[in-house]
Amino acid sequence: MANESPASVNRTINRETRMPPLPVRLIRGEWRHLLRQRELLILALPAMLMMLIFDYLPMIGNVIAFTRFRYNRGIFGSEWVGFRNFEFFFTSQAAINITRNTVLYNLAFILITLVVALTFAVLLNELPRKWAVIYQAMLFLPFFLSWVVVSYVTTAFLDFRHGYANQLLASAGQSPVRWYFEPEYWPYILNIVHLWKSVGFSTLVYYAGIIGIDTTYYEAARVDGATKWHMVRHITIPLLMPLVIILFILALGNIFRGDFGLFFFIPNNSSFLYGTTDIIDTYVYRALTQVADMGMGTAVGLYQSTVGLITVVLANWVVRRVSRDYALW
Amino acid sequence: MDSHYNPLFPRLIHALFISVSILMLMPMVLIIAISLTDETTLLTEGYRFIPSQISFDAYRVIFEVPQPILRAYGVTIFRTVIGTWMSILLIALTAYVISRPRFRYAKIITVLIFFTILFKPGLVPSYVLITQYLHMKNSIWVLIIPALLNPFLVLVMRGFIQTTVPEELIDSAKIDGASEFRVFWQIVLPLCAPALATLGVLTAFYYWNDWWLALLYIENPDLTPIQLMLYRIQSRIDFLSANPELQLELGITELPSLSLRMAMVVVAAGPMMFVFPFFQRFFVRGITVGSVK
Repeated sequence: MANESPASVNRTINRETRMPPLPVRLIRGEWRHLLRQRELLILALPAMLMMLIFDYLPMIGNVIAFTRFRYNRGIFGSEWVGFRNFEFFFTSQAAINITRNTVLYNLAFILITLVVALTFAVLLNELPRKWAVIYQAMLFLPFFLSWVVVSYVTTAFLDFRHGYANQLLASAGQSPVRWYFEPEYWPYILNIVHLWKSVGFSTLVYYAGIIGIDTTYYEAARVDGATKWHMVRHITIPLLMPLVIILFILALGNIFRGDFGLFFFIPNNSSFLYGTTDIIDTYVYRALTQVADMGMGTAVGLYQSTVGLITVVLANWVVRRVSRDYALW
Repeated sequence: MDSHYNPLFPRLIHALFISVSILMLMPMVLIIAISLTDETTLLTEGYRFIPSQISFDAYRVIFEVPQPILRAYGVTIFRTVIGTWMSILLIALTAYVISRPRFRYAKIITVLIFFTILFKPGLVPSYVLITQYLHMKNSIWVLIIPALLNPFLVLVMRGFIQTTVPEELIDSAKIDGASEFRVFWQIVLPLCAPALATLGVLTAFYYWNDWWLALLYIENPDLTPIQLMLYRIQSRIDFLSANPELQLELGITELPSLSLRMAMVVVAAGPMMFVFPFFQRFFVRGITVGSVK
């Protein structure tokens, strides 16, 4: 190095300075790529625009959470209030109530559906295929109804004056119940309605998993004199486990996200029931449409999305530890 | 517990599933039964599975003044047909682009799509954007456009293209001078027909049954899809029966009769109950294909 003559040093410096500075070179390089692949980029444009408008702009719009939002002043003209919306929400009784409801209902849905659907799928597999298909179609039917339609079904049962449930109670000599005013029944009602609507779908998913199991396992077991129960216990269940675990963890990842239709339409948005039927999603909807407290509505939504993101990332991390193949990323 | 030795076991399973099937169907049967019951019988006896007095009055009323329900059907059919076509095209196109191995921006676009699954934009900012900045409230397009790009289905479709369309086929088409769009349109789309069918059924089902976009953005009765119409009827009844004094003030002496309400549900939701079950397997394929990254 010390032997290098000043002239040669000068020459290398000169060569470098003749080239444009690094950022310019990067931009030019990128521009060349853009030009070369412009066709694909143009094809991607509609989707990119859709995402920019309907996903990424609202994400930026989350700054509403830090303002006292006024329609006439717009997002950036409204008064800046820092974390006051969050403070207001988290010190209220509602914060605990709706978070608890959302999480507990989701947990119950996950566990009950898992147990019932898995049992159904295993039992269906014991029947000839022809029958399994027929029963499955029956189980699946409620899945095709929207929650609005299901809410008519539930009022047919729970209506105070004409409902079928109160008629049954009357014929059993009991006094009728004002279902839409009594919160203590709703954890059961919502679980039953949810199971009724969703069990067919989950059963079909598990049944498809069971059918996918290599039949030679069962043949070998039969040769060895295994009973049906042995086969279920030692072949079907273990081989279905990866699918069960993945669906379970994925569902856990969404545990802060409630099914709005179920919790809004089925209890008829009855304010007497909020103690046991109000979830984060319905709370935000009411903040928007009934109270018009946009700042707080956004704050609660942002809280939900953030906690949701954390749980999905955690869930995925767990899946990766169980099996890389099933991880989302 | 062994069916080899116990012939009773399969029968027990049959018995279980027959009773479960009855439980599944019962609520729907009750709705149909109510819609076919004479109104005064309903008022005196309440809802029964077997009506003591059958009447077709409710259906007669609906078919005498069919405009509101036809209008709602029209809106729903329009959004379903247009929305489904636009949606599958957009999804397939985007999936094709991000499945190109040599496309420099495939990865970043995929990440951008995937992130929208992980972190949902909030309801309130979306509402403010659509109503205050895009001015899409009470427009038919608000029932279609915000739901066009389902990020989950884009990723499912990308997986399908990667596994079923041979890369050599695309390369040779390009050597012959085909443009990217032409490759997509004439090679990729036909090869993806089965996946497109699944996509189409899932999307059509979404558009048909969705009430969410309408609930938020549609107040104009002429643009009300079926699902929202059913909800509006229900909530108006709840509201008026909870405030009888308003009923007098507004001069509404008669609410839609009990049987009429249920007949509306049957007419509005019934036809699709005969269509969607034929596509049952597509729904499961949607989720099982999705598990293949």
